[in-house]
Amino acid sequence: MADVLLEMKNITKTFSGVTALSDVDMAVVDGEIRALVGENGAGKSTLMNILSGVYPYGTYSGEIVWDGKPCEFRDIRDSERLGIVIIHQELALVPQLSIAENIFLGNEQASRGVIDWNMTSVHARQLLEKVGLDEHPGALLGTIGVGKQQLVEIARALSKKVKLLILDEPTAALNDEESRKLLSLLVDLKEHGITCILISHKLNEVSEVADNITILRDGCVIETIDRHHEDFHEDRVIKSMVGREMTNRYPEREHHIGEEVLRVEDLVTYHPDQSERQMVRGVSLTVRKGEVVGLAGLMGAGRTELAMSIFGRSYGQKHSGSVFVRGKKVDIHDVTSAIANGIAYVTEDRKSLGLVLIDDIRRNITLPNLKKISAHGVINQNEEVVAAEQFRTRLTIRSSGIDQVVESLSGGNQQKVVLAKWLMSEPDVLILDEPTRGIDVGAKYEVYTIINQLASQGKSILMISSEMEELLGMCDRIYVVNGGEIAGELPRAEATQESIMKIIMTHQKQSRERKSA
Amino acid sequence: MNTFKRFFKANLRQNGMVIALVFIMALFQVLTGGILFRPMNINNLVLQNAYVLILAIGMLLCILTGNIDLSVGSVVAFIGAVSAVMMVRLGLGVGVTIVLALLLGIAVGAFHGVFIAMFRIPAFIVTLAGMLIFRGLTMVILRGQTIGPFDRSFRAIASGYLPGEELRIAGLNGVAIVAGILMTVYFIVAIIWARNNKKKYGFEVLPVSIEVGRVAFIAIAINFFTYSLAAHDGIPVVLILLLGLMMIYSFLTQRTILGRHIYALGGNEKAARLSGVKTQRIMFLVYTNMGLLAALAGLVVASRLNAATPKAGTMFELDAIGAVFIGGASASGGIGTVIGAVVGGLVMGVLNNGMSIMGVSVDWQQAIKGMVLLGAVSFDVYTKKRSQGS
Repeated sequence: MADVLLEMKNITKTFSGVTALSDVDMAVVDGEIRALVGENGAGKSTLMNILSGVYPYGTYSGEIVWDGKPCEFRDIRDSERLGIVIIHQELALVPQLSIAENIFLGNEQASRGVIDWNMTSVHARQLLEKVGLDEHPGALLGTIGVGKQQLVEIARALSKKVKLLILDEPTAALNDEESRKLLSLLVDLKEHGITCILISHKLNEVSEVADNITILRDGCVIETIDRHHEDFHEDRVIKSMVGREMTNRYPEREHHIGEEVLRVEDLVTYHPDQSERQMVRGVSLTVRKGEVVGLAGLMGAGRTELAMSIFGRSYGQKHSGSVFVRGKKVDIHDVTSAIANGIAYVTEDRKSLGLVLIDDIRRNITLPNLKKISAHGVINQNEEVVAAEQFRTRLTIRSSGIDQVVESLSGGNQQKVVLAKWLMSEPDVLILDEPTRGIDVGAKYEVYTIINQLASQGKSILMISSEMEELLGMCDRIYVVNGGEIAGELPRAEATQESIMKIIMTHQKQSRERKSA
Repeated sequence: MNTFKRFFKANLRQNGMVIALVFIMALFQVLTGGILFRPMNINNLVLQNAYVLILAIGMLLCILTGNIDLSVGSVVAFIGAVSAVMMVRLGLGVGVTIVLALLLGIAVGAFHGVFIAMFRIPAFIVTLAGMLIFRGLTMVILRGQTIGPFDRSFRAIASGYLPGEELRIAGLNGVAIVAGILMTVYFIVAIIWARNNKKKYGFEVLPVSIEVGRVAFIAIAINFFTYSLAAHDGIPVVLILLLGLMMIYSFLTQRTILGRHIYALGGNEKAARLSGVKTQRIMFLVYTNMGLLAALAGLVVASRLNAATPKAGTMFELDAIGAVFIGGASASGGIGTVIGAVVGGLVMGVLNNGMSIMGVSVDWQQAIKGMVLLGAVSFDVYTKKRSQGS
């Protein structure tokens, strides 16, 4: 057994009376990849914030021992000095600065306060090579994708001589390919002696790379499973996380598929800033009553752009093509008319696009539906409370009441608020964009159940997801999107991860050939 | 006791401001040796601060969207100048002038609104430009001179009183006394009605003791206020204007779809747009409305000064912005109330008035007001953090 690098003993942390962590013990061995899993609110982030000094010594009880020596971190700098670097889910990078500047942010390559740009550039190049990112260090961070930005964060950690790298949901915003790349980088770093704590909801990834999995539930360590132990598999981990057996991750549903409800023909949309760049290229699709239709594709395939173009042209410019609802051509030129025609869109980014975070649950749920509870533009606030309360109960939004500010809700409950607001609009067609991103297994199951209920009530669902398993588990039919086009269509029976990837690959090859021709 | 604590905590932001106002009033009552609460001074408080309160109401809407309007002081002067030219030089009637001046205000607001909402130029820049443009135009129109005086009926806007002087109750102005009693009754009936309505829906209502205490406090405040006015010359015309605006804009922001959309736009513009809020239209309306209210304030100011001057309205925009922030609005948008803005304006007004009575020099008054603004907003941020932490 190798040396223990880090030991956390009897860590207990309370927030004004509420216990977030109770008596947590965790030991991390030098050079391992340790996964930390648990449902939202289990205490993973709190534990890591204590370890990295975000919550300073004295605000918790217990002991942190690093390399045999007890530590009392006053702030992040203290922990970074020892080589503990945390990369948060929301990246702490500045999009307006270059990649190199971001790598050395707060750690500038300077002498006497004057930045040495040559040294910055040289070192940045070396670090980028280490993380396998082929970009010019002078490129603006905002111009590269999220996956690459994640790599920049890791390069930045490396520049701080990291020994223990903590990643909080690093793959939440990445597609499968980017995720794989990131995970293999972690394995690569391990070879170079960098220990890693990986927080993730994606259990398949975790079991791929982790040496040990520590499971937290309700602020306690339930168990730590070794890679070589026979219990090292997803079902076992899920059971520990939720405290019960989950036989089926995707709830069953009866399929009653009826007539066509939504038809999109030849939809074309251009990029909002670059008026020559086609983002959606002549897409046609249909969704029938009671049907769950998936949009599969890699990140950047144009699925969100497509969905938002259908939803009242809320993305891009120079739109053309037609939308039919129940066989009738409808004029959907803005969001209001989309709502009026029974289309709703649950955004992929609930915090910046889906919710007014400073408002309470009630006001968020009723925002698109104020007409329903008003007469002559005047809101009946009592009706509003009744309606909001009804949805809070129906979707089991865990909160102190409908007056709780949504900012303070967990990710899963925030997602339910977004769902509630669009359910209240009673749409015929519900477009869901990454409906389970960044929420835990239990909340996912609840969201799936809600989707199934809606489908069996006769709603039509169009669902975007980067987790192929989810699409395969939920959808009756899957459109494969690539390069802003529909690359193929698969019924449930024929859809597998392999068949979807094959369609994408073939389509990519074809479009390359078309371009070169 | 527990429910009282909860009620107090839940309303700390709003109550905090009211408490601060009461505290400042009590302080100056002592410091000025009892002059502050004399009927004549209460009357002066209303007349002196009417314009700030009118501007603060409009400014609140701008600040709710997460922006500000720097042009209002200049627009006040501009509207005053145009009105003066219309009345004194062109000999137009008072009624016609008022209507034209308000329409001009709407046009000015729409001018800003087009650039802000349609061309998406930051409001700060557009209204900074407006501040320069309309100050300049004022000087052009007035050619550096002062135009006045005005007809008596125009002066009545800012310094007139409601008729009914002959109706006397115990030697006091009867109209004011009756108005105070009517308002108290209306207030009590409204609260009972709202309580019953809430009960009908099965919602929680405040315990009777708190409700009674609240009603008693407000009833005393209203009647003391109207009594003071009655002991002077009665109810000022501009007070009616103010109360009307407060009621209209409180209703608009708290009870209507439009109001809700303004809050949502300020809270998260993108999310609001994806929820069907016509964000451009709302932004345009908010700035157009600011133009209208700035014009109204411009008429009040001209009427009070009985002249249009090139320097009228200087720094008014900062008074209005200060009032809104003291009143608990958030600079990033989405938080704030009309009542809060009015209370904030009154805090500033009482400070001005109290310090003037005490003979504090204008220079010091500025500095002290600045410190109060900073203190009020710091307190606000502090309480917000604390309520989030628990």
